[in-house]
Amino acid sequence: MGVIQGDQMVLNIGPQHPSTHGVLRLEVMTDGEIVSKITPHLGYLHRCFEKHSENVTYEQVIPYTDRCDYLASMNSNFGYVVAMEELMDIKVCERVEYVRVIMAELNRIASHLLGVGAYGLDVGAFTPFVHMLRDRERILDIFEYTCGARLLYNYMWVGGVSHDLPKDFKKICFKFLDYFEPKIDEYNQLLTYNKIFVERTADVGVLPADVAISYGVSGTNLRASGVKWDVRKEEPYSIYDRFNFDIPIGEAKFGTLGDCFDRYWVRILEMKESIKIVRQALKEIPEGDIFETMPKKIRPPKGSIYRRTESPRGDLGYYIESDGSPVPTRVKMRSPAFTALSCLDEISQGWMMSDVLCILGSLDIVLGEIDR
Amino acid sequence: MNHSEIQSLIEEKFPNSLIANENLQGNQLEIDGQFWKDIATFLKNDPKLLFDQLECITGIDTGDDGPLQSRYNLHSMELRHKIEVIISLDRDNPTVESIEQIWRIGDWFERETYDMFGIVYEGHRDLRRILCPDDWEGWPLRKDYELQETYHGIMVPKVKEEEGWE
Amino acid sequence: MGVLENKFNDNIVVGSLDKFLSWSRSTSPWFFQFGLACCAIEMMATAAARHDLERIGMMPRSSPRQADVMIVAGTVTMKMALRVKKLYEQMANPKYVISMGSCATSGGPYWQHGYHVLKGVDLVVPVDVYVPGCPPRPEALIEGLLKLQQLISDERPLTRKLA
Repeated sequence: MGVIQGDQMVLNIGPQHPSTHGVLRLEVMTDGEIVSKITPHLGYLHRCFEKHSENVTYEQVIPYTDRCDYLASMNSNFGYVVAMEELMDIKVCERVEYVRVIMAELNRIASHLLGVGAYGLDVGAFTPFVHMLRDRERILDIFEYTCGARLLYNYMWVGGVSHDLPKDFKKICFKFLDYFEPKIDEYNQLLTYNKIFVERTADVGVLPADVAISYGVSGTNLRASGVKWDVRKEEPYSIYDRFNFDIPIGEAKFGTLGDCFDRYWVRILEMKESIKIVRQALKEIPEGDIFETMPKKIRPPKGSIYRRTESPRGDLGYYIESDGSPVPTRVKMRSPAFTALSCLDEISQGWMMSDVLCILGSLDIVLGEIDR
Repeated sequence: MNHSEIQSLIEEKFPNSLIANENLQGNQLEIDGQFWKDIATFLKNDPKLLFDQLECITGIDTGDDGPLQSRYNLHSMELRHKIEVIISLDRDNPTVESIEQIWRIGDWFERETYDMFGIVYEGHRDLRRILCPDDWEGWPLRKDYELQETYHGIMVPKVKEEEGWE
Repeated sequence: MGVLENKFNDNIVVGSLDKFLSWSRSTSPWFFQFGLACCAIEMMATAAARHDLERIGMMPRSSPRQADVMIVAGTVTMKMALRVKKLYEQMANPKYVISMGSCATSGGPYWQHGYHVLKGVDLVVPVDVYVPGCPPRPEALIEGLLKLQQLISDERPLTRKLA
């Protein structure tokens, strides 16, 4: 690389560009093909989530958290609700715990499907995208059956959930899982063992583990670099410690450890693990009343808390400070995609322009969460 | 290591740096801003502490006349302990040393806190706004923030003040 | 033209040039995928296999110079507002704008304390069809597009208007 070096120029990608996963502007310093520096410019979707959360009550913050990470809104709700329940010292009933875990894991599958499908689209493969969207529609059907909404649910409330599971939920959910599990092999044939995909993604954009930790990268991106770190196992919340599931880490299947292919492969394996968790939860779910532990008024004691949970993008953290009134003083959302995007400059130096888009797609960012 | 052991280690190495405050809870520590960079280097490199992950930097506006605060949540991947460091800053001139060279994510977190609160991080190589546009006026998340009327000719609030919308 | 209609066999169609022009414009509007936020995901879902958009003639284009309709899907912020105007100006006439979702219509759930949110994209570009919802269902977006098609086919581009 770098045999013929031209003059450096500044090229602008975005903010409107079909493959920047939202409105992101990348200012690329390049000589036409090889990139020497990337400066991401954010803020094109800054919707003032934190200012809103200082002016509405604690329950009214939940729909705003949905809209931050709109691909995994169950998990965004989950993180906020877990932090609030720890601040207020509430223990929810068993049925609510199981319902929450089932919904969160189904949403993790849906989010990974879209992330991987959009990644295939960036690289140039259109077919896996439509296959994955087709299967994602079935998950959205299950959510619509339960709570009425397709994308932004406002489902998890402090102390409970908004709607109970319908009567034949178990049957429908098992039917979906039996349909979906062999589909993962279909995706493997379409993308994983596809020579063109492997050539484009193996050895590209290697993220070493110590750089990842210093940049605060977490979740799938960190696991693909070989670090076995999952908040569901390390700082367990809800009832995740009762389930039996593995943490897949990158294994340098076709290239170096921590390249784009590893990040993609870990997402596929995580979908399998989520299916395992949902099956176990459906078998053990008890009967109960979902509204029994819901507080009538939400007035947390004075104090602050920082709690993180595992969203499909990484460690989603909420820093909540309260002064005893029904309106929060400060809610800060620590978004995992923000940290993942910050290491883009470091890992894409020296690669070509089309590889940069490949690396960006493998980080699976959602701009709504980055800009809040 | 539990919280009191970490606290005594820091107290030993940097005497007079900790500020006692009865409102602290859990694993919070309040320190004096002038020692921050040295304490941060110590927290990262000392073999008994090894705080290698900066989880979050939160800016807080404590109210009408109170100080601004910059709160850092730190975590150690190997030794599995956590700590929260609070630094109080004067409202009219909030400056504190930047730790972006120690934990690389500090770069963007500090830019965000600067954008929202106006806290200046000395030593940061590129401190400019990250979320709001570069020519935005004011520090949005402060409690006394006032909305600007127009931005490049576009009206900012929903309706003009004179119409009495509530 | 009322004199000539229905006077011939079924395989002969009579009409004015205006009507043919509007009819051909309305049945293949190519849309400019300008997805900003959550509504973009619903726009993608509408264009995917279950609610197919290509059956009504819409094809996604990534460049504004090749598109007829701009679907503003999602919240427009102050930083982005200037770019929306620029992209609208890059589209060739005849061009139409659909404002999808409540954020693009009037600021959405962020209208009250959102200092950085543009309260409605019609403050910067002229809008033809508003589709409400947060996010609107794919069926709602398709209804909005069909209304747009009706709007386009009712136009008479060649008729000179009386002053």
